[in-house]
Amino acid sequence: MSVLTEKSMVRPFTFEFSDAELEDLRARIRATRWPERETVQDLSQGPPLATMQEVARYWASDYDWRKTEATLKALPHFITEIDGLDIHFIHVRSKHEDALPLIVTHGWPYSIIGLLKIIGPLTDPTAHGADASDAFDLVFPSLPGYGFSGKPTTTGWGPERIATAQIELMKRLGYTRYVAQGGDWGAIITEHMALLAPPELVGMHSNMPAVVPPDIYQALASGNRLPEGPALSDEESHAVEQLRNVFDHVYYAYIMASRPQALMALSDSPVGLAAFQMDLEERSLEMISRAFAGGSEGLTRDDVLDNVTLYWLTNTAISSARLYAENRSPFFAVKGISIPVAVSVFPDEIYTAPRSWTEQGFPNLIHYNKVDKGGHYAPWEQPKIFVEEMRKGFRSLR
Amino acid sequence: MSVSTEKSTVRPFTFEFSDAELEDLRARIRATRWPERETVQDQSQGPQLATMQEVARYWASDYDWRKIEATLKALPHFITEIDGLDIHFIHVRSKHEDALPLIVTHGWPGSVIEQLKIVEPLTDPTAHGGDASDAFHVVIPSMPGYGFSGKPTTKGWGSDHIAGAQIELMKRLGYTRYVAQGGDWGALIVDLMAVQAPPELVGIHTNMPGVVPPDVYQSLAQGNPLPEGLSFSNEEQETIEQLKFLFSHVYYAYIMATRPQSLMALTDSPVGLAAFLMDHDAASLAMISRSFAGEPEGLTRDDFLDNTTLTWLTTTAVSSGRLYGENTFPFFDVKGVTIPVAVSVFPDEIYTAPRSWTEQAYPNLIHYNKVDKGGHFAAWEQPQIFVDELRTGFRSLR
Repeated sequence: MSVLTEKSMVRPFTFEFSDAELEDLRARIRATRWPERETVQDLSQGPPLATMQEVARYWASDYDWRKTEATLKALPHFITEIDGLDIHFIHVRSKHEDALPLIVTHGWPYSIIGLLKIIGPLTDPTAHGADASDAFDLVFPSLPGYGFSGKPTTTGWGPERIATAQIELMKRLGYTRYVAQGGDWGAIITEHMALLAPPELVGMHSNMPAVVPPDIYQALASGNRLPEGPALSDEESHAVEQLRNVFDHVYYAYIMASRPQALMALSDSPVGLAAFQMDLEERSLEMISRAFAGGSEGLTRDDVLDNVTLYWLTNTAISSARLYAENRSPFFAVKGISIPVAVSVFPDEIYTAPRSWTEQGFPNLIHYNKVDKGGHYAPWEQPKIFVEEMRKGFRSLR
Repeated sequence: MSVSTEKSTVRPFTFEFSDAELEDLRARIRATRWPERETVQDQSQGPQLATMQEVARYWASDYDWRKIEATLKALPHFITEIDGLDIHFIHVRSKHEDALPLIVTHGWPGSVIEQLKIVEPLTDPTAHGGDASDAFHVVIPSMPGYGFSGKPTTKGWGSDHIAGAQIELMKRLGYTRYVAQGGDWGALIVDLMAVQAPPELVGIHTNMPGVVPPDVYQSLAQGNPLPEGLSFSNEEQETIEQLKFLFSHVYYAYIMATRPQSLMALTDSPVGLAAFLMDHDAASLAMISRSFAGEPEGLTRDDFLDNTTLTWLTTTAVSSGRLYGENTFPFFDVKGVTIPVAVSVFPDEIYTAPRSWTEQAYPNLIHYNKVDKGGHFAAWEQPQIFVDELRTGFRSLR
């Protein structure tokens, strides 16, 4: 990769990956050295061998990075140094003058690639079944250590610092009134932006809201019995069961947090990287596995490989993982946000936030909706539903 | 690898690795794609980039697998199918008729290579500073999924199953009176052999004893406060601190237990495998890192690479990791062993068992000694001390 930039404030950004880099990737995929097959007949040990062999076959032979690269390159990219680190972002302005500026933050293990499908409908609503009054100006930053942003060389780039940097970014872009959105890490960072509450941030949307009451969160995170208290509703009990499952299955997060260097195999093995990143949680592993078995709901094979290929080419497997070590706040526990918050609950998200907890967690809740389909990668899996949620969720703030 | 065996009871076993396999390994090491360096100045994020680059340089250029291979090949290897799985083992009989038969079980991330330094002193004591009355016949099995043993293709090979298989192995070898020894997984397995207590097993020795009182263990494993009403000696308190640290650093164990498939990068990246295996615990990582920095004490560069190369050549990174998923026993808590037990406490072990807890856990404790140096890989790091401990520990059972 060669990055063509100058050291200045907000600079246009371009990137190039050579044919040699792509050929090296394909050669490594073809040379993959495989383990034996799993000892179960399902996904309970992680991505099955047969799935990964199909991923490898498709990735090395049929998949075309240059297609998504062309989509990416057609967008306006910028870079600016904040707090000593280059922050890359895509910035697409709507042609509609009253468009609401919106900063959307991605998570792990994805990237700006997970947000590309919502650009057209959000910036150009009249071409996508909506009114000019639904228009947004869009800013999509790459997290530090992710995609085209710089890789931190020292510790300290946790979600609060990223939130602060993104507030600064929106200032540099001259936005005096904007909203913010996120899922996964993006949800946590957006919440930290809301906690910092700069006057220009008038509201936020989350598709992975942190609304679990702190005592329940603490009990679940340490595998303890729930504290005594009022009985949980069915909806809350369901969320508790989901969270128990999450805490039993997110050791990838703990190992990235504690020993990221022990995972350097991920920067040396493309198929290993793909397997690790496909295994975020069960629903999305099922969805992605179905995509490679010929299914077509949610992410496609190309979606998955666009993102993994970007990680590979930018060599960000380890730098992205370090964010888990930098984080200091509990993922899903209430943080104390008082600005307006819109929430969309996707049914296959790693936990579905009950309305009750969401109302308690966000006293200024302006939108809460359970949608019909979609999971952890909402804007990437179900862009239409996601866009609809943005339009409705933020309407009252225009 | 080609395995020359016949389907019969106890068959001689030989193995071959071709020059092409070794050249492929070196080529992959040379082609390693590196992450950026860690964001800290110490080993707190795992193996440091500079260390791994030195590992790669030495491994690809100076290291000679054929040396350890010759040592291995000079030993008598056997294989026998037990419960549908090929169990490989080294079996060296002493020339001394009254030698005490001893089965020694290795752990993760190890193999029979951990035990090679103790074979001669144990079987031929008169040539190694001991008496004929110190002689042992030695059986060193490879655990299922490790080294030259078969890889389980279905679930069910947990530590108690392995213990049962090893009891069967000693039966097949015709031993009617023997002792057993282990560290790491081997310690758990010999504890479980002792719990099964076949009459021919007259005692065990462990260098990682399971002695933590169950209520204390439970609290520590879940990160909870210790149960009320207990007071601890200084020695116990120190052990508690070691275990607290341990439980917040063994996520490699949890991810292997839950999602072994997501770690398939380890079968595809030799340097990634080395980084993962090196990071067993902080003291071992420090020791191995020092060896690659030119200050060997305990394991040498070759020791570490002998084991890593065997894991690579047998492609057992994932199959060995599955044992963590199969295990249903807490590692360090009291198992209810009533037969005679000898314990050696090495100072750099992941936890140092206090005498008080050891006496409670093993009512028939026949030996307890804190030695001067050595850590988790005791037999491999400090073979002389280890051999002395076995001689002394088992003397009363002869």
